[in-house]
Amino acid sequence: MPPTSEDKHQLEINVETRKHEHGFEEREKVFVLEDLSVYYGDFRAVRNIDLEIPARQITAMIGPSGCGKTTVIRCLNRMNDLVEIARVEGKVMYHGVDLYDKAVDPVEVRRRVGMVFQKPNPFPKSIYDNVAFGPKIAGFKGDMDELVEHSLHRAALWDEVKDRLKESAMGLSGGQQQRLCIARCVAVNPDVILMDEPCSALDPIATGRIEDLMDELKSEYTIVIVTHNMQQAARVSDMTAFFTAEVNEEQDRRTGVLVEYDSTETIFTTPGDERTEHYVTGRFG
Amino acid sequence: MATRLGTADAGLTVDAVRRSLRGRRYDVRGFLFEALLLIALLLSLLFLVSLLTRVFTQGIGVLIDRPGPFLSGNLSVVSALTAGVGQAIKGSLLLMLVVAIVAFPMGIGAAVYLEEYAPNTRFSRFINVNIRNLAGVPSIVYGILGYVIFVRFLSGFSGGKSVLAGGLTLAVLVLPIVIITSAEALRAVPDSIREAGYGVGATRWQVVRSHVLPSAAPGILTGTVLSVSRAIGETAPLLLVGAVTGFLATGSANFWEQLQGPYTTLPTVIFRWSKLPQDAFRELAAAAIIVLLAMTLLANAAAIILRNRYERKW
Repeated sequence: MPPTSEDKHQLEINVETRKHEHGFEEREKVFVLEDLSVYYGDFRAVRNIDLEIPARQITAMIGPSGCGKTTVIRCLNRMNDLVEIARVEGKVMYHGVDLYDKAVDPVEVRRRVGMVFQKPNPFPKSIYDNVAFGPKIAGFKGDMDELVEHSLHRAALWDEVKDRLKESAMGLSGGQQQRLCIARCVAVNPDVILMDEPCSALDPIATGRIEDLMDELKSEYTIVIVTHNMQQAARVSDMTAFFTAEVNEEQDRRTGVLVEYDSTETIFTTPGDERTEHYVTGRFG
Repeated sequence: MATRLGTADAGLTVDAVRRSLRGRRYDVRGFLFEALLLIALLLSLLFLVSLLTRVFTQGIGVLIDRPGPFLSGNLSVVSALTAGVGQAIKGSLLLMLVVAIVAFPMGIGAAVYLEEYAPNTRFSRFINVNIRNLAGVPSIVYGILGYVIFVRFLSGFSGGKSVLAGGLTLAVLVLPIVIITSAEALRAVPDSIREAGYGVGATRWQVVRSHVLPSAAPGILTGTVLSVSRAIGETAPLLLVGAVTGFLATGSANFWEQLQGPYTTLPTVIFRWSKLPQDAFRELAAAAIIVLLAMTLLANAAAIILRNRYERKW
């Protein structure tokens, strides 16, 4: 039976308590999104997003297709700058600094906030050069061999490629390529790793390995992941944000909104909003 | 013994299926179409082959009798026995050098700017369209342009009707082709590579230099060699801009002076000799054509080799 407004109020209180129990309040907030809206030209893709991303945890963004999850995650490292008609309103605070302030250099942002993409996209160069590129352009003067090895270890790929570092990265399997992309990301020593549906192009075994990897990585990095796979979000993440698309009557377009954001346990067992409940129980999406 | 296949299609027996599978049906229209295509191909090849055969039979004699003197000899319209293409080869090569130095960096640079840096405004779209138009302008127009600007207006720098003026004219002629082919090669590089570069904190220049340009290199190389092949055969604009057709003095001059001095090219001598009444000169023209074809083939072969060296596996 759908909760009445009184029940909802009750649930909200319980939900707040749960969040607190998981230490959410104590953790440093790496990102604070304040009333974020993103426009592509005239079209508002997401509206009024308020979100706080805690440090060294995995935050998952879930929801049906077209609800703006990828748009939001790309705001976190200013990748939306690459789209000419994209415009951001509201604030994206990173460690207290407004990322979209005029004085902020997007290149510096991307060094600290790395990204792994949906389809593995290694450079068409050798495995070694893939990992070494980021540090090299960042001015790394130390032992590159050691850094490459360390990064490949962190991505659980070293054993498989240690004898063929000079071979082309395009010869690796999909799962290996994605782990190479993670190694490439880790090599520049970022603060945050963003993952936009990192496993959607991979088979279940490769997916499992990357999920194990995420668990190891979160001890050092803050991770934000967009995923279509609810089970993956439930398995892997600490906090979950559920997005959905509202139909905009005038323009006949769909605008993404944040419905609910809470600890993963709460979202999947006792969600506060009816829409969340419908989604996680599979009634739609 | 006919066994029925299911209940569908009364009369569809296994035997009937077998027969229809093994039987032949003649697709007459398809056959005719294929025949027409083949005729078109053979006709085009026929023209080419007959042209080449005629050229070869006329010209090979000269190349066999006196290859050395011919290839190193001087342009002459007086004596067919002493005339040679040496100066013409040198002129053509010098021209190509000027074209390469001027057109390639400018053309590739313009393409990189248009594809990687320019915002998508009406102005940049307008420029793109007009570059395509420029590629279609008849070469004689470039000849007139070259005469006015490089021969007359810039005569202090170019030395009038000189290699420099001719080379600059050809460079301008070839520039739209370089820009268009380079832009196509850059556009063919998938965006995922650029995103990957930006994702690890690279600036736009670092992404272009380290990833986009190397990936586009085979296409850009092919485009530049294509443009050289085109330029090497240009005749009309060079005649306007002052390629010598009669007599070309030889002397000793340093490289820069040579660039500012008179010159002739292979297509120019071919043009001149083929119009002279004596048969001997016609044979010389044919021999020069063979030399020109050989140079073009060499340029194309170089392009293929270079492209294969830099080809990336996707």
